[in-house]
Amino acid sequence: MYSEKVMDHFSNPRNVGELADANAIGQVGNAKCGDIMKIYMKIENDIIVDVSFKTFGCGAAVATSSMATEMVKGKSIEEALKLTNKAVMEALDGLPPAKVHCSVLAEEAINAAIADYYARLGIEPPMEIRTCKCGDCHAHE
Amino acid sequence: MTNLIYLDNSATTPLHPEVLQAMMPYFTEEYGNPSSIYGLGQSAKEAVESARVQVAEAIGAKPTEIYFTGCGSEADNWAIKGIAKAREKKGKHIISSAIEHHAVLHTLESLEKQGFEVTYLPVDSDGKVSPESVKAAIRPDTILITIMMANNEIGTIEPIAEIGAIAKEHGVVFHTDAVQAVGSVPVNVAEMSIDMLSMSAHKFRGPKGIGALYVKNGIRPEIFMHGGAQERARRAGTENVASIVGMGKAISLATGALSEKMQKISALRDYLIAGIQEKIPYIKLNGHPTDRLPGNVNFSFQFIEGESLLLLLDLNGVAASSGSACTSGSLDPSHVLLALGLPHEIAHGSLRLSIGEQNTKEEIDKVLELLPNIVQRLRDMSPLYEQVKNQE
Ligand SMILES: Cc1ncc(COP(=O)(O)O)c(C=O)c1O
Repeated sequence: MYSEKVMDHFSNPRNVGELADANAIGQVGNAKCGDIMKIYMKIENDIIVDVSFKTFGCGAAVATSSMATEMVKGKSIEEALKLTNKAVMEALDGLPPAKVHCSVLAEEAINAAIADYYARLGIEPPMEIRTCKCGDCHAHE
Repeated sequence: MTNLIYLDNSATTPLHPEVLQAMMPYFTEEYGNPSSIYGLGQSAKEAVESARVQVAEAIGAKPTEIYFTGCGSEADNWAIKGIAKAREKKGKHIISSAIEHHAVLHTLESLEKQGFEVTYLPVDSDGKVSPESVKAAIRPDTILITIMMANNEIGTIEPIAEIGAIAKEHGVVFHTDAVQAVGSVPVNVAEMSIDMLSMSAHKFRGPKGIGALYVKNGIRPEIFMHGGAQERARRAGTENVASIVGMGKAISLATGALSEKMQKISALRDYLIAGIQEKIPYIKLNGHPTDRLPGNVNFSFQFIEGESLLLLLDLNGVAASSGSACTSGSLDPSHVLLALGLPHEIAHGSLRLSIGEQNTKEEIDKVLELLPNIVQRLRDMSPLYEQVKNQE
């Protein structure tokens, strides 16, 4: 059902846990739908110097969180915002159709963390940040 | 896979070696068509008829009341659609429950599209249908009551004899999906006033793709499979002789020493339940505490999701199942767990471990060793658990 890459990131998730000195935290999804992703970032000079996640959800939710954090680690904010769910899926060698929404959540969680970064600084983000419609389980279909 | 701990016996069971042995000749030298008049055909016919006797005896029916079908789902479809069609002139109202298997629920939904009206009775938090609610739901146009004998997810055993008596008193046909019950708990169609009953061989160590419908003499559901004169012209198609023989053998093995088997399996079940309750906090046992299938264990683990749990169990050599949305193939968790009144997030974290006669105490011990670590690992990863930990 899952690719080897997905199973690898599920069974040995990278960057899992809280980040003590995070200055950006984004959470998307909800318990009712069965998946929540929370991304922690430490951002310095517009660079994501460290990143971690916590996820409640299925195998694909854990694997996409793990892969997405790997893909934005060390990147600039601008580069991180360019990360798409498609790129996360491709890096995992694909997801079953019913799990595509997990990759969308991962993309949204990255965006949410960056939005939080600017909110904490009290400044308008200099670029567009994609926010989600997480209240509805069917929003990610 | 070596050393697989198979705890998904409600999904299917391993074929009993004696069943395979009984089936083998019907794949090879005994290849006759039971409808043929020469010796080879007649010996196949005899094999089918003696399997029919075995199935009938196991549930307290007469052999002429047993019809072999392609699976349990076919038996459910036939019973429900067959009575609906046969009795629609009398009325178009059917009574069922909210926790039926999809083989019943989706059949009822198809009838609703054709103008039938279905009352889905709620269940209590243990998954029980109340006989009083059945009685209260009966109307002059009620033609069928279909309530399962035992639930496949939570194992709750329904008060079938009481419901059967009510149906009888009101002259309404009573069907029960006993796919999970036959071979696991005592079933007697006469004592329980059952008019029609569905069963499936692969749930009691028989082969897959063979089931049977018991139809009480005098009850006449419309024919579902038209064609030849097999099954006394009520269900066409050349008989699946090997599987029918296998079903007969499996049902006599399963019901032959039923009380010892029930004792052994329910002891393992209670040991597993007690072990989980002792070792893991923030859990809920789903299903009735005592009126449950001997092999059924179903827990919700708070703050985690069922599919992740299944994957980690699988990586550790344990086969189980869950009612989470991710495993139900839809966005909603199991309709059974929701019918118990569980919130979605608790239903997502459910795990069913179903024990069979081949399981051992060593295997249960191994699960009790693995499961707390797996649950903890997922909780440590869960943002929901974090909130609780911070409050402690
Ligand atoms: C309660 C119940 N009814 C019906 C079925 C369907 O049986 P079969 O797989 O033989 O079609 C099952 C099997 O999953 C079941 O558990």
